[in-house]
Amino acid sequence: MALRDRHWRDRRLADVLRSGIVKPLLPAAACLALLAAAPTPSQAATLTVGTSAEPSALDPHYHNLGPNTRARKHVFESLVSMDAKMRLQPELAESWRAVDETTWEFKLRKGVKFHDGTEFTAQDFIYSVCRIPNVANSPSSFTVYTKGIAGIEAPDPHTLIIKTGKPYPLLPVELSTFGIISAKAAGGEAVTFDKAGCKADSWPTTQAFNDGSLMIGTGPFKHKSYTKGDRQVLERNPDYWGPQAAWDTVVFRPITSDGPRVAALLAGDVDIIESPPVQDIERLKSAPNASLAQAQSNRVIYLALGVQDTPPTITGTDGKNPLKDPKVRKALSLAVDRDAIVKRIMMGVAEPANQYLPAGFYGNNPEVTVATDANKAKQLLAEAGYPKGFQLTLGTPNDRYINDDKVAQAVAQMFTRIGVQTQVDATTANVFFSKRNKQEYSVFLAGWGADSGEMSSPLKALIATPIKEKGYGTTNYTSYSDPELDGMLDTALATVDDAKREKLLQAAVKRAVDADIIIPLHYEVTVWAMKKGLSYEPRADQYTLAQKVTPAK
Amino acid sequence: MLVFILRRLAQSAVVVMAMSVLVFAGIFAIGNPIDVLISPEADEFERAAAIARLGLDKPMHEQFIRFVDSALGGDLGTSFVHGVPALGLVLQRFPATLELALCAMLVAVVLGIPLGLWAGLKPDSLAGRVIMTGSILGFSLPTFWVGMMLIMAFAVTLGWLPAGGRGETASLFGVPWSFLTADGLTHLILPAVNLALFKLSLVIRLARAGTREVALQDYVKFARAKGLAPSRVVGVHILKNIMIPVVTVLGLELGSVIAFSVVTESVFAWPGMGKLLIDSILQLDRPVVIAYLLVTVLLFVVINLIVDLVYSLLDPRIRLGGGRA
Amino acid sequence: MSTVMAKAPAVETPFLRLARDFARSRTALAGLAVLVLIVLAALLARWVVPQDPYDLAQLDILDSMLAPGSLGGGGWTYWLGTDDQGRDMLSAIVFGLRTSLLVGVVATLIALAVGVAVGLLAAYAGDRVDGLVMRLVDIQLSFPAILIALILLALLGKGVDKVIVALAAVQWAYYARTIRGSALVERRKEYIEAAQCLALPHGRIMMRHLLPNCLPPLIVVATVQVAHAIALEATLSFLGVGVPVTQPSLGMLIASGYQYMLSGDYWVSLFPGLALLVTIVAINLVGDRLRDVLNPRLNH
Repeated sequence: MALRDRHWRDRRLADVLRSGIVKPLLPAAACLALLAAAPTPSQAATLTVGTSAEPSALDPHYHNLGPNTRARKHVFESLVSMDAKMRLQPELAESWRAVDETTWEFKLRKGVKFHDGTEFTAQDFIYSVCRIPNVANSPSSFTVYTKGIAGIEAPDPHTLIIKTGKPYPLLPVELSTFGIISAKAAGGEAVTFDKAGCKADSWPTTQAFNDGSLMIGTGPFKHKSYTKGDRQVLERNPDYWGPQAAWDTVVFRPITSDGPRVAALLAGDVDIIESPPVQDIERLKSAPNASLAQAQSNRVIYLALGVQDTPPTITGTDGKNPLKDPKVRKALSLAVDRDAIVKRIMMGVAEPANQYLPAGFYGNNPEVTVATDANKAKQLLAEAGYPKGFQLTLGTPNDRYINDDKVAQAVAQMFTRIGVQTQVDATTANVFFSKRNKQEYSVFLAGWGADSGEMSSPLKALIATPIKEKGYGTTNYTSYSDPELDGMLDTALATVDDAKREKLLQAAVKRAVDADIIIPLHYEVTVWAMKKGLSYEPRADQYTLAQKVTPAK
Repeated sequence: MLVFILRRLAQSAVVVMAMSVLVFAGIFAIGNPIDVLISPEADEFERAAAIARLGLDKPMHEQFIRFVDSALGGDLGTSFVHGVPALGLVLQRFPATLELALCAMLVAVVLGIPLGLWAGLKPDSLAGRVIMTGSILGFSLPTFWVGMMLIMAFAVTLGWLPAGGRGETASLFGVPWSFLTADGLTHLILPAVNLALFKLSLVIRLARAGTREVALQDYVKFARAKGLAPSRVVGVHILKNIMIPVVTVLGLELGSVIAFSVVTESVFAWPGMGKLLIDSILQLDRPVVIAYLLVTVLLFVVINLIVDLVYSLLDPRIRLGGGRA
Repeated sequence: MSTVMAKAPAVETPFLRLARDFARSRTALAGLAVLVLIVLAALLARWVVPQDPYDLAQLDILDSMLAPGSLGGGGWTYWLGTDDQGRDMLSAIVFGLRTSLLVGVVATLIALAVGVAVGLLAAYAGDRVDGLVMRLVDIQLSFPAILIALILLALLGKGVDKVIVALAAVQWAYYARTIRGSALVERRKEYIEAAQCLALPHGRIMMRHLLPNCLPPLIVVATVQVAHAIALEATLSFLGVGVPVTQPSLGMLIASGYQYMLSGDYWVSLFPGLALLVTIVAINLVGDRLRDVLNPRLNH
C-alpha cells in the first residue's frame, strides 16, 4: 500500500453511465487525496450524511440516546435549545424567566406551524410532557428530565407557567433535551397535565413514528422516508419559522464501521461524516478535497479507582485494598502521562484533562490541576507501604469511546512502570458495563458526557454518594463516599443564582479531583470530515445537524 | 419420502426448542441490556422503571415461560432496543441478506467449479498451480481485511464502485431488491465478491480434489478407453461425481454465508440481518437475537432437507429414511 | 458401479513410506521447511526477538507508530516498525504467530477429533442415531460463531483457551457433516460389507476400514480449517472479542492495524498479514501433499 502519485480517473461507473460526464484528471499527492469532485452549486440541493450510529427509533420520546436526539433535532424542536458551545438559546420559547424559586414562565414563539400546517401552541408542550412517561417499552425514558416538573399551566396559548417541586435551576437545560410533538396529530388536544399521570384514551406508538405517520414536528426538515439500517430521508420544510436550511433533501446513512465511513467520504458516496477515526485525521487534513471541523466535546475520559473493602481485581496485597490509601491513589494519578496519551494514542485529537469538563464550560475551575511525576509516584507508593507495587487489572470497553482499549493499554504501561503490574481486561461494552455495574473492577476506564454542559452532571453521577432519592451517584461504582462533597452539591443544586452556583460547583470539583477517585485523562474532541466546499460549525454536544451544514460562500 | 420429511421436521422442532433455551440462558448470562441501553444520567427510579417496562424485573424462568407462551402464539417479543416486534425487524432485513448470500454463492459456483475442474484435470500445469495458490489466498486472509482492500482499490482509488450501502432498490413481490436496478447492482458487486472469496476457494479445492480422485477411477478410464469425447467424460462422468461433496458443502455454506455475512455487512454497511444480529448482540437485544436464530435455524433445516434430497438424486446408492424411500 | 480393491499390506512401515512419498514433491518440502522454521521461531520466540511484546514494562508509547527501520528509545532498530503501543512489530509478529498457531492447531484438532467421532458414528450406526446426531449438527451450524464466542466469553472471561474452545465449538460440525457424507458412500461398498461378514468388531471396522477411506476429503477440510480458524480468530478480534489486547495474536495485530490502513501506516497490518499468509500457504502445501500421499486411491 505504498502511497504514490496516481491520477484521479472518472468517478464511478454508474455515475458516468448516467451522466456521461467525465471529470477532468486531477493529479493527487496521495491515494487518500483522491476524493470525489467538490459539489457544484447546482448539485448542492442534496446532502448525504454518513453517521457513526443509527437511532434505535424515530419516536422522539422513545430512547434518551445521542443518535436518537440527533435524528429528533431535524424534525422535532424543543422549547429551549443549545448552540454549538452548549449555551442555552430560545427555540420554540422566545424567552423565559424564573418568577420565583419554584415557578418559571415561558413565552412561546408565535406563528410556528407544524408540518401538517396546524399551529404550535402550549397544548403541544403539555401533551409532549404527558406522553413521555407513557412510551411503551422505552429502554431509557426522558422522564429523567420531566420529573422535576410539578405543574404546568397555560394562561394563554403562547404562555406556559411551569411549577417545580423544589428550587430547580436546571429546568431550562432539561427542557432542551426532548422534542415537542403535535397534540392534534396524536389526538391529544384535551389532555391536561397531572403530576400523578396524565389521562388519555391511548398514546401514540413508537411504530407510528417509524412508519412516518406521526413524524409531524416544527423542525427545519420534514420526514420523507426511513429504511431501518439503510437510510432516513428528509425534505426541507419550506414554512420553517427560522432560517431556511441549504438543502432540499438530506439523506442520513448509518455507516458504523470507522474505516468504511472514511472510505465512503473519499469515494464520494457521502458528503459529510461523523467521527472519522483519529488516525486518519492527519491524512484528511492534508487531502486537497476534504475539510475538517473539530470541537472539544463535553466528554471526559476518566479512570475510576474503587475503594471497596475487598478489591475485586487487585492481588499481591494480602487482600487489602491499597486504593483506600490516598497516597496510592495520588501515585496512580501521577503515573499517568496525559500528554503522551493525547499525542500518541489520540494523535493529538483530544485534550489532556485536569477535571471533568474543559475550560469554558459552566463550573470549570481554572485552579484545579493534575501533575505527572513517575518518581514522586514511586516514592508515594513506598511511603504507603508498597515499595514493590502490586498487581492490578484495569477494565475497559473496547468499542465505546475513541481508542478506549488503546488508552487503557497505555495507562497499563504507565502503571507498570511505577511498579504496579497492570493487566488490561478489554471487552465489548455490553459485557463491560454489566461487569462494571456489579463492581467487578477495582479500576476501570470510562467516559462521561455532560448532556447539560455543566459541572453538576459529572459530580452528581460519578463521585457523589449513591443516594437513590436525590439521584446521586448513579454511575459511582467505586464505593467512595464523601458526605462533605455531597453537602456542597446539595447547596449548589438548590441555588438558582447562576454566578453563585458556579462558585459552589467550582469548589466541589476541586475537592473531587483532589480525592483522586475519578482521575481525569482527556477530553474527547469531536471531529467531522466533509467534502471541500462544505462548512460545519463543530458542536460540543457532538450532534450532526444538517440545517447547520452550509455550502461555503 | 413423506415420512422422511415429516420425521425431519419433527426433529427440527426439537432443535428449535433446545436452541431457544440455550440462547435465552446465554444472553441472560452475558448481562442486563439496561446497563447498555439506559442513559447514564438516569437515576435508580428511572432504571427500575425501565427494567420493569421491558419485563426484565422477573426471574429468568418466568421471563422464559412468558416468552414461550407468546412465541406459541406467533409473537417472538418486542425488541428491547427498537420497541417494535422482533420477528418483523428480522424479516424486514432478510431479503437484503438473502440477495447478498445468493449472489456470493453464484460467484463461488460459477467461477469455482470450472477452475477446480481445470486444476484437477491438469494438476501439474502452471494454470493448475496458480489456481491452487490463489485459492489458498482466498481463505487465508480475514474477510474484513479483504473487504477493506476491495473498498480501497475499487471505491477509493479507482472510483469504479460505491464503497457501501445498498443503493437504489426496486420492488418485486412487495420486497425491495438491489439487483433489479443498475445502481443497486453496482452496490452489490463488492460485498458479494468479498463474501464469495472464501466459498470460492472452498469450491475450487473440493472440485479439484474430487476431480483428481474420480479421474483415476475405473469407470472414467473405461469411458475414455471407449472413445467418448473428453468433454462428455468431464461434463457427465466426472462432474456428476464431484458434485456430491460440492453439494454438501454448498448446502452447508449457503446457510453459513447467511449466518456469517455479519462481517461483510458491517464493512460494507449492507443493511442485512447479519448486521442487525451483531448490533443486537452488542446491545443484548434478546428478542431480536432469538428471532434471528429461529429464522436461521428454519432456513438451515430447509436447506439441509434440500441437500439430502439432491444427494439422493445424484447418488442413487444413498437411500433416504428407513430404507423405503 | 465402481469396484475398489482392498490394498495389500505394505512391506515397509507406513510412516517411512509416507515420508518417502511426501519427499517426492519439492514444493511440499519447501513448505515443510518454512513451516518448521515458523514453528521453531514461535516456540523459541523469547530468544529470537529483541523485545517481549507481552511485558508492558518493556513498551514505551513514546516509541509508538514508528516506521520500519527506525531507531527506538531502547537502543535497537525496529526493523518492521512499531504499533500504536510502541510494540516492536517483529517481536509482536513472532509472539503473535505462536498464539495464532496454537489457537488454529489446537482448535482444529479438538474439532477434528469430536467431528470425526460423531460423524463416523452417525454414518455407521445410521437410522435414529444418524438423525439425532445430524440434528445436533444442524443446531451447531445454526449458531453463528460470534454468538458462541460472545456467550462463552461472557461466561468464562477472556483468554486464549476460551478462544480455542469457541473455535472448536464452531468447527466440529463441519467435520462431522463432511465425514458422514463420505462414510455414507463408503459403508455401502463391498469391502465394508466384507468386513462385516467377517464379524470384525464395529470399532475396528470404523477405525481401520471406514476412517482411512474417508480421510481425503477430511484433510482438505482440515487444512482449510486450520487456516480458517486463524482467520476466524482475527475476525473475532476485529469484532472486539478474542484474545486479550495485551497479548495480541497475528489476527489481533491485523485487526488493530486495519484501523491504520487508510492513514498510510501500512506496516502495522501489512507485516502481520504477510506472516499470516506465509504460514497458511506453508500449512496448505504440506496439507495438500499429505492428502495426496494418504489417499490410497492415488498411490501407484
